[in-house]
Amino acid sequence: MDILKFLTAGSVDDGKSTLIGRLLYDTDSVLADQLEAIQNANRKNDDGTVDLAILTDGLKAEREQGITIDVAYKYFQTDKRKFIIADTPGHIQYTRNMVTGASNADLAIILIDARKGVIEQTIRHSYLVSLLALKHVVVCVNKMDMVAYDEDVFEEIKASYLKLASQLNLSHITFIPVSALRGDNIVNTSVNMPWYSGKSLLEHLETVEVAEQNVNLPARFPVQWVIRPQTDELHDYRGYAGRVASGTFNIGDAVTVYPSGTKSKIAKIEVFGGELNAATQGASVTIHLQDNLDISRGDLLALSTAAPTIANRIEADICWMDTKPLDTSTMYLIQHHSKVTKCKITDILYKVNINTLEKINTHDLGLNDIGRVEIKTADELAFDPYEINKNNGGAIIIDSRTNVTVAALMLRAGV
Amino acid sequence: MDYLDQLEAEAIAILREVAGQFEKPALLFSGGKDSITLVRLAEKAFRPGKFPFPLVHIDTGHNFPETISFRDHLVQSIGEKLIIGLVQDSIDSGKAVEQKGKNASRNALQTVTLLETIEKYGFDACIGGARRDEEKARAKERIFSVRDEFGQWDPKRQRPELWNTFNGKIHKGENVRIFPISNWTELDVWNYIKRENIALPSIYFAHQREVVFRNGQYMAAADALQIDATDEVSTRMVRFRTVGDMTCTAAVESEKTDIDDIILEISQSKISERGARMDDKVSEAAMEDRKKGGYF
Ligand SMILES: Nc1nc2c(ncn2[C@@H]2O[C@H](COP(=O)(O)OP(=O)(O)O)[C@@H](O)[C@H]2O)c(=O)[nH]1
Repeated sequence: MDILKFLTAGSVDDGKSTLIGRLLYDTDSVLADQLEAIQNANRKNDDGTVDLAILTDGLKAEREQGITIDVAYKYFQTDKRKFIIADTPGHIQYTRNMVTGASNADLAIILIDARKGVIEQTIRHSYLVSLLALKHVVVCVNKMDMVAYDEDVFEEIKASYLKLASQLNLSHITFIPVSALRGDNIVNTSVNMPWYSGKSLLEHLETVEVAEQNVNLPARFPVQWVIRPQTDELHDYRGYAGRVASGTFNIGDAVTVYPSGTKSKIAKIEVFGGELNAATQGASVTIHLQDNLDISRGDLLALSTAAPTIANRIEADICWMDTKPLDTSTMYLIQHHSKVTKCKITDILYKVNINTLEKINTHDLGLNDIGRVEIKTADELAFDPYEINKNNGGAIIIDSRTNVTVAALMLRAGV
Repeated sequence: MDYLDQLEAEAIAILREVAGQFEKPALLFSGGKDSITLVRLAEKAFRPGKFPFPLVHIDTGHNFPETISFRDHLVQSIGEKLIIGLVQDSIDSGKAVEQKGKNASRNALQTVTLLETIEKYGFDACIGGARRDEEKARAKERIFSVRDEFGQWDPKRQRPELWNTFNGKIHKGENVRIFPISNWTELDVWNYIKRENIALPSIYFAHQREVVFRNGQYMAAADALQIDATDEVSTRMVRFRTVGDMTCTAAVESEKTDIDDIILEISQSKISERGARMDDKVSEAAMEDRKKGGYF
């Protein structure tokens, strides 16, 4: 059994909270005391049934305002799979939250209100999904009960979405007509839409194949920590601890260490209480090299046959996440895996109007803005273009005065 | 990759980030299954080296004796350092005031002792075993969760946390709570304990115990609990789903004496783990308030 991480995106009132609540409720994932809490809550649906949306909103302040304002994580499982839902708000002022949620997801569910069809928000959400390079999209056309479960409505929305998707480079798109409120095609197949022969949302989530192609990507290993016990019996022990970002490392593989460029071979791959012949994407291991090199936290081991991009001038897409706007004269920190170095964002090439996808010339980037920038870093970074290998192509910007994470970067190319 | 391998690898990576990013981290050890799991994960992250942090136990003085002896035994067998912060010391020095009345508990006072301990040793990161599935307020908490000088959590000012990139940069006086098993569920923890053959304090398994029926739940009839003549005391087969302070950790009736039975019981159970903790029942948002106040 594996884990599927997915994100839900929709505009306010499209029924996102109800949909998640429905998934949890119909899979029997709501526990008695939680159920009791929602039954006792003041908020009810118009027809007096419990409001499943309450299951997904957490914080008091949010409850008062009646909106979800941060990424909340929800967990449930079926016999086939475990699921982690990143529930993110859909409003434009929370773009950064959606970007955050999308950064760790394998799949995105995009909600469309059947009465409204593809609207500005749909464009924005789909753009972000493509920006963060999510490979799988499920479009749920919700509130089908309010359009008399009409097939034509569904088909029209599908056609207009496909047009949008072709502009955005989105692939693997699945369309499902649903009613989150009534439960049609969420967990159980709907009797109200006999014209739909596809899977229910849950069936799709249980079976969709997302096993990352990362195993076939060039091997990358960011060093997090050097294990050196320096005891008598382990005097010469020197292990490089980290997690394989992409690809596979085998014993005997020739590797290059970045940024130094020194080369060696893998002598041993250790885990607690044992050794492995190979370590693939996602595994936390300790690697030993044949030669005694000077390697420390922040360095990257890469297979010598497939070098990453090495650069200190980099073009990247950026999502600005701080209330204080981007300042091209400020020195920031950039963190790429465990590597932290100083940087300046030297140039704003353009900003994207994420509702229309139009590129705009600008000198300003503020909270929730997305654009293309050029960065100059103090030390060189060893990265891969984000769209090819997102596990070695994402980075964050930290404001060294406040220590806050102020931007997400999708690194594209050295310049 | 199997889900337990995925969760394990993620937790190990988080622990190594703590080691790499902080000067003086600590692992908050409660003696419960979640922190015992963290100890195993730390072994996986750092052996054959030593842990780059001590274990820190905030002891209310009302712990189950089984938990304390388990703790001491574990610390000895792994050969790591243990620091104990005593709530009694905070009470004696006047920094904390003991609650009165029937439902009195030292649970809330742990916050005071924890903050005192953090200050005394200058810890800049505290690793905890909290999980997002435990409670609604936790569902939005980051894996690296920054606290101000007063230990407070501000849900509105959390840092965006992208990919597996963790920003642990802080100002002097601030510290970060780190939750390596954020993405685990209660059942995941139990399945991992089984797979890894990890030993637990005996109170997790069914045993005969004197209990008091109070507020709809069975509480251990311990010295720390004020018991009146009107209280209904009985001896029952029970076990505990969490190992907190004896004054606020309720028992569930159970015949389950081995881990397979417990896993089965939990997967069929309809009460969430925190439902067995009285201190969270006080108000719907109790946990959130305590987090803002600097509790774990
Ligand atoms: N008729 C109908 N109403 C729905 C459906 N899904 C959600 N709603 C209602 O739409 C409103 C907004 O839903 P909510 O889940 O809170 O939306 P969110 O803002 O996207 O989380 C609520 O009144 C829901 O009861 C649906 O499939 N059919």
